[in-house]
Amino acid sequence: MALNGLAIYKLLPKTNCKDCGQATCLAFAMQMAAGKASLDACPHASDEAKETLGAASEPAIALVEIGTGEKVVKLGNETVLFRHDKRFVHPTAIGILVSDRLDDAAVEARVQSINGLFFDRLGETYGVDLVAVRNDSSDAARFVEVVRKVAELSPLTPALLSEDPVALRGALEVVAGRKPLVYGAHPGNYEALTALAKEFAVPLGVRVDGLDELAELAEKIAKLGHKQLLLDSGARDVKRVLADQTLIRRLAIMKRFRPFGYPTICFADNRDGAQRVLDSVVYAAKYAGVLIIDRVDPAEILPLITWRLNVYTDPQKPIAIEAKVYEVGTPGRDAPVFLTTNFSLTYYCVMGDIESARTPAYILPVDTDGTSVLTAWAAGKVTPEKIKTFLETSGIGDRVDHRRLIIPGGLAVMTAKLKEITGWDILVGPRESSVISAFLRDNWQ
Amino acid sequence: MGVELVQERWKGKLYALTIGREPYQVVAGGDSTLPFLDLDGGSYTRPVSALTVFDRRPENWPDTLTGAWGDVLDNPVQWARKCVELGADAVALKLVSAHPEQGDRSPQECAATVKAVAEAVDQPLIVLGCAVNEKDAAVLPVVSEALNGYNCLIGQATSENYKTVVAGCLAHGHSVIATSPLDINLAKQLNILMTDMNLPPDRIAMDLSIGPLGYGIEYAYSIIERKRTGALLGDRMLAMPVICLVGEEAWKVKEAQRADDLEWGADEPRGILWEAVTAVALAQAGASIFVFYHPEALRQFNTQIDALMGK
Ligand code: SF4
Repeated sequence: MALNGLAIYKLLPKTNCKDCGQATCLAFAMQMAAGKASLDACPHASDEAKETLGAASEPAIALVEIGTGEKVVKLGNETVLFRHDKRFVHPTAIGILVSDRLDDAAVEARVQSINGLFFDRLGETYGVDLVAVRNDSSDAARFVEVVRKVAELSPLTPALLSEDPVALRGALEVVAGRKPLVYGAHPGNYEALTALAKEFAVPLGVRVDGLDELAELAEKIAKLGHKQLLLDSGARDVKRVLADQTLIRRLAIMKRFRPFGYPTICFADNRDGAQRVLDSVVYAAKYAGVLIIDRVDPAEILPLITWRLNVYTDPQKPIAIEAKVYEVGTPGRDAPVFLTTNFSLTYYCVMGDIESARTPAYILPVDTDGTSVLTAWAAGKVTPEKIKTFLETSGIGDRVDHRRLIIPGGLAVMTAKLKEITGWDILVGPRESSVISAFLRDNWQ
Repeated sequence: MGVELVQERWKGKLYALTIGREPYQVVAGGDSTLPFLDLDGGSYTRPVSALTVFDRRPENWPDTLTGAWGDVLDNPVQWARKCVELGADAVALKLVSAHPEQGDRSPQECAATVKAVAEAVDQPLIVLGCAVNEKDAAVLPVVSEALNGYNCLIGQATSENYKTVVAGCLAHGHSVIATSPLDINLAKQLNILMTDMNLPPDRIAMDLSIGPLGYGIEYAYSIIERKRTGALLGDRMLAMPVICLVGEEAWKVKEAQRADDLEWGADEPRGILWEAVTAVALAQAGASIFVFYHPEALRQFNTQIDALMGK
């Protein structure tokens, strides 16, 4: 139930004691109404307030956890429809399918491929999250066997895709300790599956075709006492998925509609491989909690994982990269040295264009609080003195034999002053990094 | 339990930009709701997809790209014809060799090239200069004149050179690509300056300087999405359709370029997907015109758009 700030305020002690961290009870009420504070923060709330506000103080979308320890994947707790309003909190978890119809050798090969779907990017590693075993064989014993094998071979958290309580119980007895996702409950099996999910304390996927039916079933399962749920409206074509995902998210956030207050699960099972990836791009952008895809080719998974990473970065803050010496290729002692700013986009453009120029080089992104060259210059965040200090502390002087610094075209006015205080020769580079290749050809020998 | 519909009531609408000549005209924009979503009522327009032609053989292209085009790369006219055969709604001719450091071709030479291409294909023409403000200010008005009557989309006009570019387009009946540096306020400002010159608002396409997948696409995604919702909420100076140079951006990055790689997989599907994913993501944000390099990326994009349009 959505309550406005004033309705919440009426139920608070109105003493303005500040114990909640807010200046007044009214301020606290407004925070709660916006979904930014929980009633737990007020130690003086009456039982009546707790009762009435319980629902309002719960997050619009429940936090659901799959996996344990280092491999835990958190989903839910989202608060917005558009990422320009606020950060999307928990990245879509990507799971790769393994069918239990494969023979042992094929299972092993597939799991090895899945285990390899990890990519380094700027010193961090990004990869897939789940290995999803699907009970295509309809044979409970075979399912358990494959789950056991997969769990032995992969450090990734399993997702158990079966509708058969017997198969699922068998699998859970093997891997419950890794807190796998169980999928899924439908109107015919939900009582048995809910009991299993409760017994083993694992999240449960719920699938019914149609949103009305989905709301009904999610509500029934919640009444049975299980609230670690993932929703699937049964849609499989991208247009229908987009529509359902949008409505589920709107109902959860704008209407606080409890039956849809859970993350979702989507399946990219387009018949065409490349289209599966493109469907997945839409799902990751539009609210999928878990995404299951039947692809293991890194050429297809790398773009998808990169997209997921991009969508779930914080849109409010310009990403600043660390101000230090970066190498493009394997630069030698005569390699060019480029100065730029530490706004990640500026840096990446320069880096990409130097890479395409195929000239190994050093890049020095001076700290401008993550702003671009022109913004930084206009705001006085890049000065000759600052560049001098950065040149000295970065240690670049020990790594090259020359003393020639290429500065962005936008900083040309600093040339004389920079030369004077640093003792380096200053080369004015292009204003646009896209012509770095031509610039190097004509100016760097 | 009946699930209630939660609808947004959009009161604004994107301007509909028409380029080309009957019967091959295409329309970008005109949308009155979020992309591909029927929930709120209103309509959405199918994105326009174009393939890029350079006015001379491109340098430093990876094999995936050169292999896709073969021997037309030396001949803009044949290249343009092939774009149309491969299903492009429009041809985007890039005047690389006007660049002072890459040939420095004169405005007259450029005009001859665009004229030859315009005469060779029926489909609408998008003309991109060399992205050097002063040179484009010299070249684009002459090109506009040579293309009189073709109803082209011409750019990139920036805050530095828009006056001459817009004047040329106004005089010869073209639309203008307004380029701004990934900042919604600067983009809006440029639209205001251009419409102040009496350029009709339905003759502007906004180029917000997108970043490719992995390298700043998230900024572009959110600015485009904000712009789309801003326009739907009624801001007329944000209501121009967005053009995305996805080919130019996507193929710059190492993930698209690198040859076959154990960790990253084969180069061809990877490069093509890098471009197609960039485009599909930005279509979801609400952009309207997509300019590709690789014909297979265009095809994959259009297959995805078919599905999203409900075809
Ligand atoms: S802690 Fe409770 S009583 Fe004290 S100011 Fe906050 S809301 Fe009011």
